[in-house]
Amino acid sequence: MTFDAQALAMIGARMAEGTPQAAALNIRLVSADATGAAMAVPWREDLVGDPQTGVMAGGVITTLLDHVCGLSVTCAVIASGGSFMEYGMATLDLRIDYMRPAQPQREVIAMARCYKLTRSIAFVRATAYEDDEADPIATVQAAFAFTGPRATPGAAVGADQ
Amino acid sequence: MTEATTREERLAAMLAAVPYFKFLGMTAHVAGDEMTAVLPFAPHLVGNVLIPALHGGVIGAFLEMTALCQLAVREPLRRQPKTIDVTIEYLRPGRAQMTYARADVRKVGRRIANVHVEAWQDHRASPVAALRGHFLLSVPEVDAS
Repeated sequence: MTFDAQALAMIGARMAEGTPQAAALNIRLVSADATGAAMAVPWREDLVGDPQTGVMAGGVITTLLDHVCGLSVTCAVIASGGSFMEYGMATLDLRIDYMRPAQPQREVIAMARCYKLTRSIAFVRATAYEDDEADPIATVQAAFAFTGPRATPGAAVGADQ
Repeated sequence: MTEATTREERLAAMLAAVPYFKFLGMTAHVAGDEMTAVLPFAPHLVGNVLIPALHGGVIGAFLEMTALCQLAVREPLRRQPKTIDVTIEYLRPGRAQMTYARADVRKVGRRIANVHVEAWQDHRASPVAALRGHFLLSVPEVDAS
């Protein structure tokens, strides 16, 4: 397994600041390695979805989760020896379960792990939380489709589906 | 959340009260018993600068907020419903242009509402994304305190 940590750090930074919507939300990279990726979004008054409670809009967490899921796929592709320059991808579907409201005035972290990669599809699970991944705000199950040619040695990637 | 009685007033009250609508630049209007949500394109909504395409999270957020608007339009609510779960299907890239959405409240039970939402750009028959979600409604007996 080849894992280019430098490339990953670069991609992570690009995902955090180089994407207009991520920059607008001040999404920052927490970590990115072969096992997964984590990003965080700070609480802001203009992102509140329920003025009675001051809780951030679910849509902000949706965006954070979609974004970090995408980054975790990049991590998995690189960890499997693929080149991140040679593929594009699109979210197929995203299912989000909300366990509880996010705490007002608190940063929300999302941790994503791509647990299965095929030639055409990536399957991802993610969790959003403030302090403890075991006390989640929301959990996600997502599938991404690769839209461009993806150079990947077969063994580490698994069978095509 | 409001004592307003007409659909238009309930929608206007919600749009004015929730800061996140302004962040997205989203609006909605009621025509008869039908509500349409509108998301004008803005550069900060972009997720992929190469296409350019709206961020998938923004599309999901737009669909979810449309569902919440539709629930507010449907009847006066003591509190904003809480999202229990949403399933978002991405059907086409959201291009850098105006996006519309309409929600269909499929069922309202005593505590839970099931809502389907579809978003489109040029043609309603070619949706860019769809959402199915469950929303927890406030229960008067519990909230009375």
